[in-house]
Amino acid sequence: MTSKKFSFYKLLPWGVTFLLVMPILALVMSAFSVDESGSFQHLIDTVLLDYTLTTLHVIAGVLLLSFCFALPSAWFIACCEFPSRGILQWALMLPLALPPYIIAIVYTDFLDFSGPVQQLLRHLMHCQSVNDYYFPDIRTTNGAIVILSLSLYPYLYLLLRGAFLGQSGGLFQAARTLGLSPLQAFRRVSLPLSRSAMAVGLSLIAMETLGDFATVNYFAVSTLTTAVYDTWLELGSLTTAAKISSIMLLALVILISLESYSRHKQMIYQRSGATHTDLRFVLTHWKKWAVLVFLWSLLSFAFVLPIGVLVYYAIGYFSESLNSQLWQYTLNSFWLAIIVASLALVVALLVNFYQRLSPGIFSKMSIRLSSLGYAVPGTVVAIGVLIPFTSLDLWINRQLVEFGFSRVGLIFSGSLFILVFGYLMRFSAIAVGSIDSSLAQVSPTLDLASRSLGQSAGQTIARIDLPLIKKGMLTAFILVFIEAMKELPAALLLRPFNFETLATYVYQFVSDEMIEYAALPALLIVLMGLIPFIVVNRLLEKDC
Amino acid sequence: MFAKKMFTRGAALIALTTASFSTLAEEVNIYSFRQAFLIEPIMEKFTQETGIKVNVLFAKKGLIERVKREGELSPADLVLTTDISRLVKLTSQDLTQSVNSDILNKNIPSQYRDPENQWFALTTRVRNIYSSADRVGPVDVTYQDLATPAFKGKICTRSGKHPYNVSLVASVIAHEGEANAKVWLEGVKANLARKPQGNDRAQVKAVKDGLCDYALGNNYYLGKMLANPKQVAWAEAVSINFPNQKTTGSHVNVSGVVLAKYAPNKENAVKLMEFLSGDVAQQMYAEVNYEYPVKVSVQPSKLVASWGQFKADVLPLAEIAKNHEAAVKLLDEVKFDL
Repeated sequence: MTSKKFSFYKLLPWGVTFLLVMPILALVMSAFSVDESGSFQHLIDTVLLDYTLTTLHVIAGVLLLSFCFALPSAWFIACCEFPSRGILQWALMLPLALPPYIIAIVYTDFLDFSGPVQQLLRHLMHCQSVNDYYFPDIRTTNGAIVILSLSLYPYLYLLLRGAFLGQSGGLFQAARTLGLSPLQAFRRVSLPLSRSAMAVGLSLIAMETLGDFATVNYFAVSTLTTAVYDTWLELGSLTTAAKISSIMLLALVILISLESYSRHKQMIYQRSGATHTDLRFVLTHWKKWAVLVFLWSLLSFAFVLPIGVLVYYAIGYFSESLNSQLWQYTLNSFWLAIIVASLALVVALLVNFYQRLSPGIFSKMSIRLSSLGYAVPGTVVAIGVLIPFTSLDLWINRQLVEFGFSRVGLIFSGSLFILVFGYLMRFSAIAVGSIDSSLAQVSPTLDLASRSLGQSAGQTIARIDLPLIKKGMLTAFILVFIEAMKELPAALLLRPFNFETLATYVYQFVSDEMIEYAALPALLIVLMGLIPFIVVNRLLEKDC
Repeated sequence: MFAKKMFTRGAALIALTTASFSTLAEEVNIYSFRQAFLIEPIMEKFTQETGIKVNVLFAKKGLIERVKREGELSPADLVLTTDISRLVKLTSQDLTQSVNSDILNKNIPSQYRDPENQWFALTTRVRNIYSSADRVGPVDVTYQDLATPAFKGKICTRSGKHPYNVSLVASVIAHEGEANAKVWLEGVKANLARKPQGNDRAQVKAVKDGLCDYALGNNYYLGKMLANPKQVAWAEAVSINFPNQKTTGSHVNVSGVVLAKYAPNKENAVKLMEFLSGDVAQQMYAEVNYEYPVKVSVQPSKLVASWGQFKADVLPLAEIAKNHEAAVKLLDEVKFDL
């Protein structure tokens, strides 16, 4: 009985992992097939080095800048007391609800030559032509880095804030009593304690950056993702595209594994979930103002300003953009996101508890593998998903015909199934990551205690672990929900006929540079992302 | 309870979308590289006339892969796309079937359809060179001029990798050979005012802003900008020029349609193809999208006609498509977008 149960525990997570990895395997396999077009060699001879360097530049830049945005924010919010802290604590997460390509378009409109900022500058300086003054060009690699960081930093902020809040205030106080300054105590106690959260947050950001195409493309920045698209869709070489994708993934896996190995001896568990609100520093004088300016500017640039521009457009083009279908698209997006978020949560719990119950190289691998989809550009994921499921459909139909039945059509790849699956493959990483980092804080000694008191593994999970990671579960759910609301490339390519989401609807106009018409549906994406976010935040606040 | 409701709802959605392919008889399914809102008015007209429902799936990337993977089960009847290279790619990957229709043959001149009747062009569009109305005015210019020193720092364009530019490069390769085309492309690259970025409208805007004096762009964008209150000022800042009038003629690309190899609603699909090549649809393409109709008897819109007659490049479209891959590689070699 026990052994049977045990194998089921193992089989299920591996089954799920295999399903999620299958499309990537299909890609990797085609990377090894013979390439007759010679396009890989062509890339090596021409632009591959430039693309690689740009990719590294973008990733390094986004990681660094997001870190500079997120770390201080998380620390101030978790450990300091100042006016408006209550609002900022959740408001700083808001940029997550805004698709990065929308921020990119808004900022380009805002900052380029004919945008209001430069118009004002010219007016003030009495200049006429573009050659009379210097203004940094936003459509550059650095422009892309800033925009991506503004929209991605909340991942790190969210995880770090959680980690700082979860840390026992006593440790920090002890360090202070032992003579460390606040900064030293932060650097030597709080920071090392939050390394797991930091690693998860940064790798999520790195993956999202690697998988991004829309934003960098809009900024005219050519990365390895550009090479994937060029070779695949223009030169028609799936092999080369798969090769580049595989190399990118491999580099990422190695990097993440190295990081994780470097802290394999580190084990941090929270003793009590309660946060010590009374231990927050009360900031005064210039410190208070500096913190307020930093946090509010961050929020303004990442969220308030772009939303303001969208609202302005939405009002101006309200009658043109309001139509009867908008409500249907909103519902489509909403249900899709709910389903995907629930499934992603299930996947995340499966692989994470597998790792907890039978730690080791295999369970670690299952966590890593189930997260890979996040780093693959959406269109590539989409085609990767199409490969196995269209084959399956074709096989089923041929079998049916063989046995004298009529065809059933594309039951998997022609329905919403494949769309849900594509989303799941892309976003499981987020759920897996946040469950991973919250489960890491629950000491295994609790499990051991429970088991020694006669509870089964299942009972322990249900009665001890799950209640303790409730916050992590809610966070995972919301993050996936928000991502699913924004998701574009997979939705475009995998959706069935007559099925629009808000994002695909927005894209129709954005792709024809008619952002004004897209403003209202874009705001709906943000709004829909905010609702569960605010609800859950209320729940969490009541909790602690 | 909530979860249960949620999943029944999801399951119902899935069942519904699957079912919709097989049960409804009078319909036709389109995979479209063109935005749904662009073709919707035309499709509505078709539905009005025939009672056949039109389902459109729009995406800019990967539709060809999707059709290919779906194989004999693909619900797609028609693939609607811009750019000759995509039409030829669909044909060469054996994803199309031939259509023998007298109506299509009568409506579409032979240079705008495949000799084997695999693809059919529906509209044509010119790759124009816009010039600043203030600083330059209308000019007689060639694509080749863009590589000469007189144009240093004066040219704006979208990404070289965009199909419209790739086809232009492919046409230069077809005319002058790869080696000359490379020298030309390097020259153009050296003359760019800024790194290639944005779309064709953004280049016109850049001319208005004084960032550059010349911009590559398709003709219909001028019409669309003039119709957009926010963009009309950009459009008024440029003159539209038809390049290479004294030499090879202006480069012309097409938008077109193919009948998918395994089209489940073949009859309806052919009806729609014929409709798209007919007077009503051609007129709408001309009036709404400012493209040139392929049907000879249908006139371009008044605005488009006011730009005057021009000499078009007579190079067969298939020749351009043949050089597509070489053009993409050449753009990499000269690092056009970097």
